[in-house]
Amino acid sequence: MKAAILSVENGDPLAALRGFLRRLLETRMVGMILVPKALPSGAGFVQTLIRDPAMLDDVHPVAPTMPVQSARILSGLTVGDPGERIGAVLKPCELRAAVELTKFLQVKLDHLVTIGVDCPGTYEVEDYARVAGEKGAGDSLWEGMVRGVKTGRLDGQEEEGIALRLACRICENPVPVNADITFGFFGHDPSREIEVIVGERVVGEFEERGIIGLSSEESSERGQVISQLKEERIRKRDEVFGRFRQQTTDLQALMSTFSTCVRCHNCMVACPICYCKECVFRTPTFEHQSNQFVRWADRKGGIQMPTDTLIFHLTRLAHMATSCIGCGLCDSACPSGLPVMTLFRTVAQGVQSLFDYLPGRDPEETPPVATFREDELQVETGAKD
Amino acid sequence: MSEFEPRIVAFLCHWCTYTGADLAGTTRQQYPPNIRIIHLMCSGAVDTIYVLKALIDGADGVLIGGCHPGDCHYQTGNYKARRRVAILKNILSQLGYDPERIWLRWISASEGKLFADTVTQMVEELKQKGPNPIKKMWAL
Ligand code: SF4
Ligand code: SF4
Ligand code: SF4
Repeated sequence: MKAAILSVENGDPLAALRGFLRRLLETRMVGMILVPKALPSGAGFVQTLIRDPAMLDDVHPVAPTMPVQSARILSGLTVGDPGERIGAVLKPCELRAAVELTKFLQVKLDHLVTIGVDCPGTYEVEDYARVAGEKGAGDSLWEGMVRGVKTGRLDGQEEEGIALRLACRICENPVPVNADITFGFFGHDPSREIEVIVGERVVGEFEERGIIGLSSEESSERGQVISQLKEERIRKRDEVFGRFRQQTTDLQALMSTFSTCVRCHNCMVACPICYCKECVFRTPTFEHQSNQFVRWADRKGGIQMPTDTLIFHLTRLAHMATSCIGCGLCDSACPSGLPVMTLFRTVAQGVQSLFDYLPGRDPEETPPVATFREDELQVETGAKD
Repeated sequence: MSEFEPRIVAFLCHWCTYTGADLAGTTRQQYPPNIRIIHLMCSGAVDTIYVLKALIDGADGVLIGGCHPGDCHYQTGNYKARRRVAILKNILSQLGYDPERIWLRWISASEGKLFADTVTQMVEELKQKGPNPIKKMWAL
Protein backbone atom coordinates (compact mmCIF):
# COMPACT_ATOMS: atom_id res chain seq x y z
CA MET A 1 0.00 0.00 0.00
CA LYS A 2 1.31 3.40 -0.98
CA ALA A 3 -0.22 6.84 -0.84
CA ALA A 4 0.04 10.24 -2.47
CA ILE A 5 -1.55 13.65 -2.06
CA LEU A 6 -3.49 14.84 -5.06
CA SER A 7 -3.50 18.60 -4.97
CA VAL A 8 -6.73 20.40 -5.82
CA GLU A 9 -6.75 23.56 -7.85
CA ASN A 10 -9.24 26.43 -7.69
CA GLY A 11 -10.94 24.81 -4.73
CA ASP A 12 -12.59 22.28 -7.06
CA PRO A 13 -12.12 18.68 -5.87
CA LEU A 14 -14.37 17.30 -8.59
CA ALA A 15 -12.08 18.68 -11.30
CA ALA A 16 -9.10 17.00 -9.63
CA LEU A 17 -10.91 13.67 -9.38
CA ARG A 18 -12.06 13.87 -13.00
CA GLY A 19 -8.49 14.63 -14.05
CA PHE A 20 -7.28 11.59 -12.15
CA LEU A 21 -9.88 9.32 -13.73
CA ARG A 22 -8.90 10.71 -17.13
CA ARG A 23 -5.29 9.65 -16.45
CA LEU A 24 -6.50 6.12 -15.74
CA LEU A 25 -8.16 5.97 -19.15
CA GLU A 26 -5.35 7.70 -21.03
CA THR A 27 -2.61 5.47 -19.59
CA ARG A 28 -4.77 2.40 -20.36
CA MET A 29 -4.72 1.46 -16.71
CA VAL A 30 -8.40 0.72 -17.35
CA GLY A 31 -10.35 0.51 -20.60
CA MET A 32 -13.48 2.09 -19.18
CA ILE A 33 -14.78 3.58 -16.00
CA LEU A 34 -18.03 3.00 -14.15
CA VAL A 35 -18.82 6.17 -12.23
CA PRO A 36 -21.87 8.21 -11.17
CA LYS A 37 -22.62 11.08 -13.54
CA ALA A 38 -24.96 14.03 -13.01
CA LEU A 39 -28.30 13.71 -14.79
CA PRO A 40 -28.88 16.50 -17.31
CA SER A 41 -31.94 17.53 -15.26
CA GLY A 42 -29.73 18.14 -12.21
CA ALA A 43 -32.15 16.01 -10.18
CA GLY A 44 -29.61 13.32 -9.32
CA PHE A 45 -26.93 10.95 -10.53
CA VAL A 46 -26.72 7.72 -12.42
CA GLN A 47 -23.95 5.16 -12.75
CA THR A 48 -22.43 5.47 -16.21
CA LEU A 49 -19.95 3.27 -18.07
CA ILE A 50 -17.53 5.62 -19.79
CA ARG A 51 -14.98 4.91 -22.52
CA ASP A 52 -14.51 8.36 -24.01
CA PRO A 53 -12.53 10.63 -21.63
CA ALA A 54 -14.59 13.58 -22.86
CA MET A 55 -17.63 12.00 -21.18
CA LEU A 56 -15.95 12.39 -17.79
CA ASP A 57 -16.91 16.06 -17.69
CA ASP A 58 -19.76 15.94 -15.23
CA VAL A 59 -19.04 12.71 -13.42
CA HIS A 60 -19.37 12.84 -9.66
CA PRO A 61 -17.29 10.14 -7.95
CA VAL A 62 -18.78 10.98 -4.54
CA ALA A 63 -22.37 11.40 -5.72
CA PRO A 64 -24.65 12.10 -2.74
CA THR A 65 -27.29 9.60 -3.88
CA MET A 66 -27.17 5.88 -4.63
CA PRO A 67 -30.12 5.03 -6.90
CA VAL A 68 -28.91 1.47 -7.45
CA GLN A 69 -26.19 -0.59 -5.84
CA SER A 70 -23.24 -0.73 -8.24
CA ALA A 71 -22.48 -4.29 -7.09
CA ARG A 72 -25.61 -5.28 -9.02
CA ILE A 73 -24.30 -3.50 -12.10
CA LEU A 74 -20.88 -5.12 -11.76
CA SER A 75 -22.48 -8.52 -11.68
CA GLY A 76 -23.85 -8.01 -15.19
CA LEU A 77 -20.65 -6.33 -16.38
CA THR A 78 -18.05 -8.81 -15.16
CA VAL A 79 -19.56 -12.27 -15.17
CA GLY A 80 -18.75 -12.52 -18.85
CA ASP A 81 -15.44 -11.10 -20.06
CA PRO A 82 -15.80 -7.38 -20.75
CA GLY A 83 -12.59 -7.55 -22.83
CA GLU A 84 -10.86 -4.76 -20.94
CA ARG A 85 -10.48 -3.90 -17.30
CA ILE A 86 -13.13 -1.67 -15.79
CA GLY A 87 -12.30 0.97 -13.22
CA ALA A 88 -15.32 0.96 -10.90
CA VAL A 89 -15.87 3.94 -8.63
CA LEU A 90 -17.63 2.54 -5.59
CA LYS A 91 -18.94 3.66 -2.25
CA PRO A 92 -17.66 1.51 0.61
CA CYS A 93 -20.92 -0.43 0.89
CA GLU A 94 -20.93 -1.02 -2.87
CA LEU A 95 -17.40 -2.36 -2.71
CA ARG A 96 -18.27 -4.68 0.16
CA ALA A 97 -21.33 -5.91 -1.72
CA ALA A 98 -19.20 -6.53 -4.81
CA VAL A 99 -16.71 -8.52 -2.72
CA GLU A 100 -19.59 -10.60 -1.32
CA LEU A 101 -20.90 -11.26 -4.80
CA THR A 102 -17.49 -12.52 -5.94
CA LYS A 103 -17.91 -15.26 -3.34
CA PHE A 104 -21.16 -16.30 -5.00
CA LEU A 105 -19.38 -16.17 -8.39
CA GLN A 106 -21.48 -13.24 -9.57
CA VAL A 107 -18.76 -10.58 -9.78
CA LYS A 108 -15.24 -11.18 -11.07
CA LEU A 109 -12.61 -8.96 -9.48
CA ASP A 110 -10.08 -9.90 -12.20
CA HIS A 111 -11.96 -7.68 -14.58
CA LEU A 112 -11.96 -4.75 -12.21
CA VAL A 113 -9.83 -2.05 -10.74
CA THR A 114 -11.86 -1.03 -7.71
CA ILE A 115 -11.79 2.67 -6.87
CA GLY A 116 -13.30 3.21 -3.43
CA VAL A 117 -14.28 6.59 -2.05
CA ASP A 118 -14.42 7.76 1.55
CA CYS A 119 -18.16 8.19 1.87
CA PRO A 120 -19.79 11.27 3.37
CA GLY A 121 -23.17 9.47 3.07
CA THR A 122 -26.11 9.61 0.71
CA TYR A 123 -29.59 11.13 0.58
CA GLU A 124 -32.77 9.45 -0.54
CA VAL A 125 -33.05 9.92 -4.30
CA GLU A 126 -36.39 11.74 -4.01
CA ASP A 127 -35.16 14.01 -1.18
CA TYR A 128 -32.16 15.05 -3.20
CA ALA A 129 -34.25 15.63 -6.32
CA ARG A 130 -36.68 17.81 -4.35
CA VAL A 131 -33.99 19.93 -2.70
CA ALA A 132 -31.87 20.18 -5.83
CA GLY A 133 -34.90 20.96 -8.00
CA GLU A 134 -36.91 23.33 -5.81
CA LYS A 135 -34.11 25.23 -4.22
CA GLY A 136 -31.31 24.63 -6.66
CA ALA A 137 -29.48 23.56 -3.52
CA GLY A 138 -27.59 20.54 -4.88
CA ASP A 139 -24.32 22.44 -4.94
CA SER A 140 -24.66 23.72 -1.41
CA LEU A 141 -25.35 20.19 -0.16
CA TRP A 142 -22.15 19.07 -1.82
CA GLU A 143 -20.23 21.99 -0.36
CA GLY A 144 -21.54 21.08 3.08
CA MET A 145 -20.27 17.55 2.58
CA VAL A 146 -16.89 18.78 1.41
CA ARG A 147 -16.59 20.89 4.57
CA GLY A 148 -17.75 18.01 6.75
CA VAL A 149 -15.17 15.43 5.71
CA LYS A 150 -12.26 17.36 7.20
CA THR A 151 -13.58 16.87 10.73
CA GLY A 152 -15.95 13.97 10.12
CA ARG A 153 -19.02 16.06 11.07
CA LEU A 154 -21.34 14.98 8.31
CA ASP A 155 -24.84 15.00 9.59
CA GLY A 156 -25.47 18.70 10.12
CA GLN A 157 -27.21 19.42 6.83
CA GLU A 158 -30.72 19.74 8.24
CA GLU A 159 -30.79 23.44 7.38
CA GLU A 160 -31.56 22.39 3.82
CA GLY A 161 -34.51 20.34 5.09
CA ILE A 162 -32.85 17.06 4.21
CA ALA A 163 -31.09 14.37 6.22
CA LEU A 164 -28.76 11.57 5.22
CA ARG A 165 -30.42 8.19 4.87
CA LEU A 166 -30.71 6.34 8.17
CA ALA A 167 -28.42 3.59 6.82
CA CYS A 168 -25.72 6.22 6.29
CA ARG A 169 -26.25 7.89 9.65
CA ILE A 170 -25.50 4.58 11.34
CA CYS A 171 -22.87 3.36 8.84
CA GLU A 172 -19.77 2.35 10.78
CA ASN A 173 -17.92 1.40 7.60
CA PRO A 174 -17.80 4.64 5.60
CA VAL A 175 -14.30 3.81 4.35
CA PRO A 176 -13.40 1.43 1.52
CA VAL A 177 -11.93 -1.91 2.60
CA ASN A 178 -9.07 -3.18 0.41
CA ALA A 179 -9.90 -1.10 -2.65
CA ASP A 180 -7.27 -1.04 -5.41
CA ILE A 181 -7.42 2.74 -5.33
CA THR A 182 -8.96 4.83 -2.54
CA PHE A 183 -9.95 8.47 -2.70
CA GLY A 184 -9.36 9.57 0.88
CA PHE A 185 -11.28 12.67 1.94
CA PHE A 186 -11.56 12.21 5.68
CA GLY A 187 -9.18 14.41 7.63
CA HIS A 188 -8.37 16.47 4.55
CA ASP A 189 -9.74 19.71 3.20
CA PRO A 190 -10.85 18.55 -0.24
CA SER A 191 -10.93 22.07 -1.58
CA ARG A 192 -7.14 21.83 -1.27
CA GLU A 193 -6.10 18.20 -1.35
CA ILE A 194 -7.27 14.61 -1.62
CA GLU A 195 -5.36 11.56 -0.47
CA VAL A 196 -4.98 8.76 -2.99
CA ILE A 197 -4.11 5.35 -1.59
CA VAL A 198 -3.05 2.55 -3.92
CA GLY A 199 -3.32 -1.09 -2.87
CA GLU A 200 -0.85 -3.96 -3.42
CA ARG A 201 -2.65 -5.49 -6.36
CA VAL A 202 -2.06 -2.52 -8.67
CA VAL A 203 0.73 -0.51 -7.08
CA GLY A 204 3.43 -1.82 -9.46
CA GLU A 205 1.42 -1.10 -12.56
CA PHE A 206 0.48 2.27 -11.17
CA GLU A 207 4.09 3.29 -10.84
CA GLU A 208 5.06 1.87 -14.24
CA ARG A 209 2.41 3.96 -15.91
CA GLY A 210 3.44 7.01 -13.90
CA ILE A 211 -0.09 7.92 -12.99
CA ILE A 212 0.87 9.78 -9.86
CA GLY A 213 4.06 9.84 -7.78
CA LEU A 214 3.52 7.58 -4.78
CA SER A 215 5.72 8.74 -1.98
CA SER A 216 3.91 9.15 1.27
CA GLU A 217 2.57 6.80 3.92
CA GLU A 218 -1.12 6.94 4.74
CA SER A 219 -1.81 10.16 6.61
CA SER A 220 -2.52 10.03 10.30
CA GLU A 221 -5.14 12.82 10.19
CA ARG A 222 -7.34 10.65 8.05
CA GLY A 223 -6.97 7.73 10.42
CA GLN A 224 -7.96 9.87 13.40
CA VAL A 225 -11.07 11.31 11.78
CA ILE A 226 -12.10 7.84 10.65
CA SER A 227 -11.83 6.31 14.08
CA GLN A 228 -13.82 9.18 15.65
CA LEU A 229 -16.47 8.87 12.99
CA LYS A 230 -16.68 5.11 13.43
CA GLU A 231 -17.08 5.46 17.16
CA GLU A 232 -19.89 7.95 16.80
CA ARG A 233 -21.61 5.84 14.15
CA ILE A 234 -21.37 2.70 16.26
CA ARG A 235 -23.01 4.56 19.12
CA LYS A 236 -25.90 5.67 16.89
CA ARG A 237 -26.15 2.23 15.32
CA ASP A 238 -26.44 0.55 18.68
CA GLU A 239 -29.17 3.00 19.71
CA VAL A 240 -31.16 2.11 16.61
CA PHE A 241 -30.58 -1.63 17.09
CA GLY A 242 -31.43 -1.35 20.79
CA ARG A 243 -34.75 0.41 20.12
CA PHE A 244 -35.63 -2.19 17.49
CA ARG A 245 -34.84 -5.08 19.82
CA GLN A 246 -36.89 -3.54 22.59
CA GLN A 247 -39.83 -3.14 20.28
CA THR A 248 -39.53 -6.59 18.71
CA THR A 249 -40.33 -8.80 21.65
CA ASP A 250 -41.90 -11.57 19.56
CA LEU A 251 -43.03 -12.42 16.03
CA GLN A 252 -46.39 -10.78 16.70
CA ALA A 253 -44.60 -7.51 17.43
CA LEU A 254 -42.51 -7.91 14.28
CA MET A 255 -45.68 -8.40 12.28
CA SER A 256 -47.22 -5.31 13.83
CA THR A 257 -44.22 -3.28 12.74
CA PHE A 258 -44.46 -4.77 9.26
CA SER A 259 -48.25 -4.69 9.11
CA THR A 260 -48.20 -2.18 6.25
CA CYS A 261 -45.88 -4.32 4.12
CA VAL A 262 -47.57 -4.57 0.71
CA ARG A 263 -45.49 -7.61 -0.44
CA CYS A 264 -44.10 -5.76 -3.42
CA HIS A 265 -40.70 -7.46 -2.84
CA ASN A 266 -38.93 -4.19 -3.73
CA CYS A 267 -36.62 -4.64 -0.75
CA MET A 268 -35.41 -7.89 -2.26
CA VAL A 269 -34.99 -6.51 -5.78
CA ALA A 270 -32.95 -3.55 -4.51
CA CYS A 271 -30.74 -5.68 -2.25
CA PRO A 272 -27.32 -6.28 -3.78
CA ILE A 273 -26.79 -9.37 -1.67
CA CYS A 274 -29.90 -11.40 -2.55
CA TYR A 275 -27.86 -13.66 -4.75
CA CYS A 276 -30.18 -16.46 -5.85
CA LYS A 277 -30.61 -16.59 -9.60
CA GLU A 278 -33.98 -18.21 -9.13
CA CYS A 279 -35.57 -16.78 -6.03
CA VAL A 280 -37.91 -19.14 -4.23
CA PHE A 281 -40.47 -16.32 -4.04
CA ARG A 282 -40.62 -16.29 -7.83
CA THR A 283 -41.33 -20.02 -8.03
CA PRO A 284 -44.69 -21.76 -7.57
CA THR A 285 -43.79 -22.63 -3.96
CA PHE A 286 -46.45 -20.22 -2.72
CA GLU A 287 -49.13 -21.14 -5.21
CA HIS A 288 -51.22 -23.23 -2.86
CA GLN A 289 -54.28 -25.28 -3.68
CA SER A 290 -57.50 -23.40 -2.98
CA ASN A 291 -58.49 -25.81 -0.26
CA GLN A 292 -55.17 -25.24 1.53
CA PHE A 293 -56.13 -21.60 2.14
CA VAL A 294 -59.53 -22.72 3.32
CA ARG A 295 -57.97 -25.21 5.74
CA TRP A 296 -55.79 -22.47 7.23
CA ALA A 297 -58.72 -20.11 7.54
CA ASP A 298 -60.67 -22.91 9.19
CA ARG A 299 -57.96 -23.64 11.67
CA LYS A 300 -57.29 -20.02 12.65
CA GLY A 301 -60.74 -18.58 12.10
CA GLY A 302 -59.29 -16.31 9.40
CA ILE A 303 -55.97 -15.51 7.74
CA GLN A 304 -54.45 -12.41 6.28
CA MET A 305 -54.03 -12.69 2.53
CA PRO A 306 -51.62 -13.07 0.87
CA THR A 307 -50.11 -15.43 3.39
CA ASP A 308 -46.41 -15.01 2.82
CA THR A 309 -45.41 -11.79 4.65
CA LEU A 310 -43.72 -13.38 7.64
CA ILE A 311 -42.15 -16.21 5.70
CA PHE A 312 -40.87 -13.77 3.09
CA HIS A 313 -38.91 -11.66 5.57
CA LEU A 314 -37.74 -14.61 7.67
CA THR A 315 -36.57 -16.62 4.67
CA ARG A 316 -34.72 -13.69 3.21
CA LEU A 317 -33.05 -13.13 6.58
CA ALA A 318 -32.05 -16.79 6.81
CA HIS A 319 -30.65 -16.78 3.29
CA MET A 320 -28.66 -13.55 3.24
CA ALA A 321 -28.38 -11.80 6.61
CA THR A 322 -24.93 -13.36 7.06
CA SER A 323 -23.81 -11.27 4.06
CA CYS A 324 -25.86 -8.07 4.63
CA ILE A 325 -23.51 -5.11 4.20
CA GLY A 326 -25.94 -2.54 5.51
CA CYS A 327 -26.35 -0.31 2.46
CA GLY A 328 -29.98 0.40 3.33
CA LEU A 329 -31.22 0.22 -0.25
CA CYS A 330 -34.01 -2.01 1.08
CA ASP A 331 -35.24 0.95 3.14
CA SER A 332 -34.93 3.26 0.17
CA ALA A 333 -36.95 0.88 -2.02
CA CYS A 334 -39.79 0.29 0.43
CA PRO A 335 -42.97 2.15 -0.58
CA SER A 336 -44.35 1.74 2.94
CA GLY A 337 -41.35 3.29 4.67
CA LEU A 338 -40.77 0.15 6.74
CA PRO A 339 -37.58 -0.32 8.77
CA VAL A 340 -36.27 -3.13 6.57
CA MET A 341 -32.62 -2.17 6.93
CA THR A 342 -33.00 -1.94 10.70
CA LEU A 343 -34.51 -5.45 10.82
CA PHE A 344 -31.83 -6.89 8.56
CA ARG A 345 -28.88 -5.13 10.13
CA THR A 346 -29.97 -5.90 13.68
CA VAL A 347 -30.44 -9.58 12.94
CA ALA A 348 -27.31 -9.64 10.77
CA GLN A 349 -25.25 -8.46 13.71
CA GLY A 350 -26.29 -11.58 15.61
CA VAL A 351 -25.70 -14.11 12.84
CA GLN A 352 -22.50 -12.53 11.60
CA SER A 353 -20.98 -12.59 15.07
CA LEU A 354 -21.93 -16.26 15.37
CA PHE A 355 -19.31 -16.91 12.69
CA ASP A 356 -17.07 -13.92 13.39
CA TYR A 357 -17.80 -12.86 9.84
CA LEU A 358 -17.67 -9.37 8.39
CA PRO A 359 -19.10 -9.42 4.87
CA GLY A 360 -17.00 -7.72 2.23
CA ARG A 361 -13.83 -7.75 4.32
CA ASP A 362 -11.85 -10.21 2.26
CA PRO A 363 -12.65 -11.91 -1.05
CA GLU A 364 -10.76 -15.02 0.13
CA GLU A 365 -13.22 -15.68 2.96
CA THR A 366 -16.10 -18.09 2.36
CA PRO A 367 -19.56 -16.90 3.37
CA PRO A 368 -21.00 -18.76 6.38
CA VAL A 369 -23.85 -20.26 4.36
CA ALA A 370 -21.41 -21.90 1.93
CA THR A 371 -19.06 -23.60 4.33
CA PHE A 372 -18.82 -25.31 7.75
CA ARG A 373 -16.35 -26.58 10.30
CA GLU A 374 -16.47 -30.14 11.49
CA ASP A 375 -15.99 -29.27 15.14
CA GLU A 376 -18.49 -26.43 15.54
CA LEU A 377 -22.05 -25.96 16.81
CA GLN A 378 -22.15 -29.32 18.61
CA VAL A 379 -24.83 -28.05 20.94
CA GLU A 380 -27.21 -27.62 17.97
CA THR A 381 -27.50 -31.39 17.72
CA GLY A 382 -28.42 -31.99 21.32
CA ALA A 383 -24.89 -32.50 22.63
CA LYS A 384 -24.51 -31.24 26.15
CA ASP A 385 -21.58 -28.88 26.23
CA MET B 1 -60.10 -30.61 28.58
CA SER B 2 -57.82 -33.09 26.87
CA GLU B 3 -54.11 -32.61 27.16
CA PHE B 4 -52.35 -30.55 24.47
CA GLU B 5 -50.88 -32.91 21.87
CA PRO B 6 -48.03 -31.22 20.00
CA ARG B 7 -47.64 -31.84 16.29
CA ILE B 8 -44.15 -32.39 14.97
CA VAL B 9 -43.08 -32.25 11.35
CA ALA B 10 -39.90 -34.28 10.80
CA PHE B 11 -37.55 -33.95 7.85
CA LEU B 12 -35.52 -37.16 7.79
CA CYS B 13 -32.67 -38.09 5.52
CA HIS B 14 -33.03 -41.23 3.46
CA TRP B 15 -29.76 -42.92 4.38
CA CYS B 16 -29.78 -42.60 8.15
CA THR B 17 -32.62 -41.19 10.18
CA TYR B 18 -35.47 -42.28 7.89
CA THR B 19 -34.13 -45.82 7.97
CA GLY B 20 -33.66 -45.47 11.73
CA ALA B 21 -37.32 -44.45 12.05
CA ASP B 22 -38.29 -47.44 9.95
CA LEU B 23 -36.26 -49.71 12.22
CA ALA B 24 -38.00 -48.21 15.25
CA GLY B 25 -41.26 -49.31 13.62
CA THR B 26 -40.22 -52.82 12.63
CA THR B 27 -38.65 -53.49 16.04
CA ARG B 28 -41.78 -52.21 17.77
CA GLN B 29 -40.13 -49.40 19.67
CA GLN B 30 -42.87 -47.34 21.31
CA TYR B 31 -42.99 -43.66 20.44
CA PRO B 32 -45.84 -41.14 20.46
CA PRO B 33 -47.86 -40.71 17.23
CA ASN B 34 -47.42 -36.91 17.17
CA ILE B 35 -44.99 -36.92 14.30
CA ARG B 36 -45.47 -36.48 10.53
CA ILE B 37 -42.44 -37.63 8.59
CA ILE B 38 -41.21 -36.05 5.37
CA HIS B 39 -38.66 -38.19 3.57
CA LEU B 40 -35.72 -36.36 1.97
CA MET B 41 -32.52 -37.66 0.42
CA CYS B 42 -30.26 -35.65 2.73
CA SER B 43 -30.54 -33.34 5.73
CA GLY B 44 -28.49 -30.93 3.60
CA ALA B 45 -31.54 -30.60 1.35
CA VAL B 46 -33.58 -28.98 4.13
CA ASP B 47 -33.87 -25.32 3.26
CA THR B 48 -34.88 -23.00 6.08
CA ILE B 49 -38.04 -22.22 4.16
CA TYR B 50 -39.37 -25.76 4.75
CA VAL B 51 -38.83 -25.41 8.46
CA LEU B 52 -40.45 -21.99 8.57
CA LYS B 53 -43.35 -23.14 6.48
CA ALA B 54 -44.02 -26.07 8.78
CA LEU B 55 -43.97 -23.79 11.83
CA ILE B 56 -46.09 -21.10 10.22
CA ASP B 57 -48.57 -23.70 8.99
CA GLY B 58 -49.08 -24.72 12.59
CA ALA B 59 -46.58 -27.42 13.54
CA ASP B 60 -45.53 -27.09 17.18
CA GLY B 61 -42.05 -28.35 16.48
CA VAL B 62 -39.76 -29.40 13.64
CA LEU B 63 -37.32 -32.28 13.83
CA ILE B 64 -34.51 -32.58 11.31
CA GLY B 65 -32.72 -35.91 11.29
CA GLY B 66 -29.43 -36.59 9.56
CA CYS B 67 -26.45 -38.94 9.58
CA HIS B 68 -23.76 -38.68 12.23
CA PRO B 69 -20.73 -36.50 11.34
CA GLY B 70 -18.53 -38.36 8.88
CA ASP B 71 -21.38 -40.66 7.77
CA CYS B 72 -23.25 -38.37 5.36
CA HIS B 73 -23.91 -40.22 2.12
CA TYR B 74 -23.17 -36.95 0.30
CA GLN B 75 -20.08 -36.24 2.45
CA THR B 76 -21.04 -32.89 3.97
CA GLY B 77 -24.82 -32.36 3.72
CA ASN B 78 -25.30 -32.79 7.47
CA TYR B 79 -22.66 -30.17 8.33
CA LYS B 80 -24.39 -27.71 5.99
CA ALA B 81 -27.73 -28.50 7.58
CA ARG B 82 -26.21 -27.79 10.99
CA ARG B 83 -25.10 -24.30 9.90
CA ARG B 84 -28.45 -23.53 8.34
CA VAL B 85 -30.31 -24.64 11.44
CA ALA B 86 -27.94 -22.63 13.66
CA ILE B 87 -28.53 -19.51 11.55
CA LEU B 88 -32.29 -19.96 11.56
CA LYS B 89 -32.43 -20.57 15.31
CA ASN B 90 -30.24 -17.55 15.96
CA ILE B 91 -32.55 -15.36 13.86
CA LEU B 92 -35.72 -16.66 15.48
CA SER B 93 -34.38 -16.24 18.98
CA GLN B 94 -33.37 -12.65 18.19
CA LEU B 95 -36.96 -12.05 17.09
CA GLY B 96 -38.37 -13.43 20.31
CA TYR B 97 -39.40 -16.86 19.02
CA ASP B 98 -38.38 -19.94 20.99
CA PRO B 99 -35.67 -21.63 18.87
CA GLU B 100 -36.00 -24.86 20.83
CA ARG B 101 -39.03 -25.79 18.80
CA ILE B 102 -36.51 -26.79 16.16
CA TRP B 103 -34.41 -29.89 16.78
CA LEU B 104 -31.57 -31.21 14.69
CA ARG B 105 -30.42 -34.71 15.63
CA TRP B 106 -27.96 -37.21 14.24
CA ILE B 107 -29.62 -40.63 14.19
CA SER B 108 -28.17 -43.50 12.18
CA ALA B 109 -29.97 -46.29 10.33
CA SER B 110 -29.28 -48.69 13.22
CA GLU B 111 -30.46 -46.36 15.99
CA GLY B 112 -34.16 -47.18 16.06
CA LYS B 113 -34.24 -46.80 19.80
CA LEU B 114 -32.54 -43.41 19.71
CA PHE B 115 -35.15 -42.27 17.18
CA ALA B 116 -38.00 -43.40 19.41
CA ASP B 117 -36.42 -41.82 22.48
CA THR B 118 -35.82 -38.55 20.64
CA VAL B 119 -39.44 -38.29 19.53
CA THR B 120 -40.66 -39.14 23.02
CA GLN B 121 -38.44 -36.52 24.57
CA MET B 122 -39.36 -33.88 22.00
CA VAL B 123 -43.07 -34.44 22.55
CA GLU B 124 -42.52 -34.10 26.30
CA GLU B 125 -40.65 -30.82 25.94
CA LEU B 126 -43.17 -29.38 23.48
CA LYS B 127 -45.96 -30.22 25.89
CA GLN B 128 -44.16 -28.10 28.47
CA LYS B 129 -43.83 -25.24 25.98
CA GLY B 130 -47.47 -25.37 24.91
CA PRO B 131 -48.85 -24.65 21.44
CA ASN B 132 -46.78 -22.79 18.86
CA PRO B 133 -47.71 -19.11 19.27
CA ILE B 134 -47.79 -18.59 15.49
CA LYS B 135 -50.97 -20.67 15.49
CA LYS B 136 -52.83 -17.75 17.00
CA MET B 137 -51.58 -15.22 14.45
CA TRP B 138 -53.98 -14.39 11.63
CA ALA B 139 -51.17 -12.66 9.76
CA LEU B 140 -48.93 -15.39 8.41
S1 SF4 C 1 -24.25 2.98 3.83
FE1 SF4 C 1 -22.18 3.80 4.33
S2 SF4 C 1 -20.94 3.43 2.55
FE2 SF4 C 1 -23.08 3.14 1.91
S3 SF4 C 1 -23.70 5.13 1.06
FE3 SF4 C 1 -24.23 5.16 3.24
S4 SF4 C 1 -22.45 6.02 4.31
FE4 SF4 C 1 -21.81 5.46 2.25
S1 SF4 D 1 -30.69 -6.29 3.38
FE1 SF4 D 1 -30.83 -4.09 2.98
S2 SF4 D 1 -29.07 -3.22 4.05
FE2 SF4 D 1 -28.65 -5.44 3.85
S3 SF4 D 1 -27.48 -5.62 1.96
FE3 SF4 D 1 -29.65 -5.91 1.42
S4 SF4 D 1 -30.38 -3.87 0.79
FE4 SF4 D 1 -28.42 -3.58 1.89
S1 SF4 E 1 -40.30 -3.19 0.06
FE1 SF4 E 1 -41.46 -2.82 1.94
S2 SF4 E 1 -43.61 -3.19 1.38
FE2 SF4 E 1 -42.33 -4.11 -0.26
S3 SF4 E 1 -42.07 -6.25 0.40
FE3 SF4 E 1 -40.29 -5.12 1.21
S4 SF4 E 1 -40.93 -4.53 3.30
FE4 SF4 E 1 -42.79 -5.12 2.20
